[in-house]
Amino acid sequence: MLKWFSVTPAQRPLPSVLMSALFVLTFCCVLSLLLGAGGLAPHASLLTLLGHGSADAEFTVFHLRLTRTLVGLFVGLTLGIAGALMQAVARNPLAEPGLLGVSAGSSFAVAMALVLGASTATLTVGIAQIGALIGCLCVIGTAKMQGQRNDPIRLVLAGAALSSLLLAMTSLILLFDQRAADEIRFWVTGSVAGRDTSTLISVLPSMLLALICILYTAKPLASLALGERVAIGLGHKPRRIRGIVIIAVALLVGAATAIAGPVAFIGLVVPFAARALVGPDIRRTLWLCLPLGPIIVITADIISRLVAQPAEMPLGVLTAIVGAPVLLFIVRSHRLPTL
Amino acid sequence: MTASAFQHTHSSSYARLEAEQLTLKHGKTTIIERLNVTLPEGQVTAIVGPNGCGKSTLLNGLSRVHAPSSGVVLLNGKDIHSLPSKEVARRLALLPQDTLAPDGITIEELIRFGRHPHQSALKQWAMNDQDAIDYALKAADLIGLKDRLLDTLSGGQRQRAWIAMSIAQETPLLLLDEPTSALDLGHQIEVFELIRTLSKQGKTLAMVVHDLPSACRYSDHIIAMKSGEILTQGSPKDIMTKELVRELYGVDCDLIPDPMTGSPILINIQRVRG
Repeated sequence: MLKWFSVTPAQRPLPSVLMSALFVLTFCCVLSLLLGAGGLAPHASLLTLLGHGSADAEFTVFHLRLTRTLVGLFVGLTLGIAGALMQAVARNPLAEPGLLGVSAGSSFAVAMALVLGASTATLTVGIAQIGALIGCLCVIGTAKMQGQRNDPIRLVLAGAALSSLLLAMTSLILLFDQRAADEIRFWVTGSVAGRDTSTLISVLPSMLLALICILYTAKPLASLALGERVAIGLGHKPRRIRGIVIIAVALLVGAATAIAGPVAFIGLVVPFAARALVGPDIRRTLWLCLPLGPIIVITADIISRLVAQPAEMPLGVLTAIVGAPVLLFIVRSHRLPTL
Repeated sequence: MTASAFQHTHSSSYARLEAEQLTLKHGKTTIIERLNVTLPEGQVTAIVGPNGCGKSTLLNGLSRVHAPSSGVVLLNGKDIHSLPSKEVARRLALLPQDTLAPDGITIEELIRFGRHPHQSALKQWAMNDQDAIDYALKAADLIGLKDRLLDTLSGGQRQRAWIAMSIAQETPLLLLDEPTSALDLGHQIEVFELIRTLSKQGKTLAMVVHDLPSACRYSDHIIAMKSGEILTQGSPKDIMTKELVRELYGVDCDLIPDPMTGSPILINIQRVRG
C-alpha cells in the first residue's frame, strides 16, 4: 500500500487499486442502506439488513434505500465513464457532459416529450438519449473538438453557452405548460430519490450497446492520445472512433439523465480522480471509473440526505457544490493535464 | 536465392510506394499538383526544400493521412485508400511531427502501441508481440530505459522511442516527418544513425529533412521540392549543385566533398545579392 505513493499513478498496479476501490464502494453501499431516507435509525437498519426488521423497516431499507442506492450506482457508473470518454475524445480534461450541454440537450428533449403528452412515468429513455446526442453534436459543431492543440477553456465556454441556451428553451417550454412544469420540477435538479427500478431495467439494452461501443473503441481511443496522425499511422480511423465514442456518451448520459435528471460535475470529478490514481491511459482510467463513479455519487447522496434533515437536498445541487470547486481548481492549476 | 532476394518476394516485406498524378489541397489551396514520385526500395530518401514547398504535405499524402483531391498513391500497386487502414499500417509506418506524449507513459508502453495493426478485437495480444517489442527496444538501443517515463528522457532518446514504436510495427516502409528538427546536433546524429541502421536491415525509408548537409550525408536519394513541384531527384552526389541550392533556398554557396565520407558539404553560404 505504501509503495503506491512512491511510484507515479501510471505505474500503480491496476488490479490492486481497483480492488481497493471496490472495497470502498461496498462500504458506501452498506452506509447508503443504513443512513437517512425514511427516518429509520442506523442500528434498526442494520437489524433489518440482517433479517430482523419490521415490515415498515424492510420497506424502507429494501425498497426506498436499495432502489436509491442502485440508481446512484447506475448514475455514477454511466456519468463517470461518459466523462472519461468525452475527455479522451476531446483531449480536454474539462470536457464533461454536464458542462458541455449534453445533459442539457437531454433535459430539453425530455421537456419536449412531456409537453407533447408523455409523462415522466412513461418517459422513454430513448428520447433523453437522442437529446444527449444532439447536445453532443451541437457542442462539437460550435467548438470543433477535433484538431490538434485545442483550447480546453474554449470548449467549456461553448458548452456553457449551449447549456444556457438549452436550459432557457426548456424553461420557456415549461412556462407554457403547467402540467409538464410540475412533472419536471423535481427531476430537473437531478436526484436519485423516488425513482423506479423499472426505468433501470429499461435502460439495460442501450447500456449493453454502449458497452460494445466502449470495448470496440478503447484501444484506438488510447492511441488517439498520441496524436491524430500517429493513430492513423497505426491503422485506426480517428473520425470513426470519435463517432462511436460520442454515440456511447449519448447513450450513457441520456440514460443517466432519464433516470436521475441532469447531474453535473460527476463526469468531471470522477475521471479527474481516476487519473490521479492510475494515470492518464484511457483504458486504465475507464476501469477505475467503474467503482469511482458510484462511490462519489452514493457518498454525495448520503450527504445530501443528512445535511438538510428531515428535508433532502437534491443530488444535483450537492454535486455542483462539490464539483464546481474542482473545476475551478483544474482551470487554475498551473498546467492543464494533457490527454 | 539470396537473403535479400527472398525478402523482395516475401509479401509483407515487399514495399513499393509511389504517387501518380497526385494532387493535394489544403481547403481550396492547391499544395501539390499532378506529382509523380516513387520511393526507391531499400533506400533512404530525403525530401528537402524551402518552408512551404509542400514536402510535409507530400509525406502526409504518401502515408494516406492526407487524402488526394485527384490522382492516387499506390502501395505495392494498389490504391492506398482502397486498402483497409490496418493492412496499410502493417506495411507502412509513419512518424509524424505532431506526436503527443501522454503524461506518465513509459517507453515500453509507447512501443506497445506499434503492435496495434497486428492485433484485433479477438486477438488482443500475441506471443510475437513481445518479441517485436523486445527487438524494437534493442534496435533503438533503449533496453535499459524501457521502464522510464517518456517525458523524463532527452530529446534524442524520446525520438528514438517513437522510432522504436514504428520498428515494432514491423513494416517494410517507414516515413518520418522532420524527425530531427527539434533536436540538438548530438541528438540529431543519434536519430540519423538509427535511420541508417534501419536502412541496412532492408527497410525503405523516407524523411522530410530541413538540414541540407544532413540530408546529403544520411540519404541515398534526395527529392528536391519547390512550390509543390519536384525540381530534381537523385543521389546527393549527382544532383547537389550550387545552382540547385540557389534555386531552392535563394542562397549562394560552394560545395565541397566531405573528406571523410565524400558527401557534399555546403560552405561559404550567403544570401544572393542584387
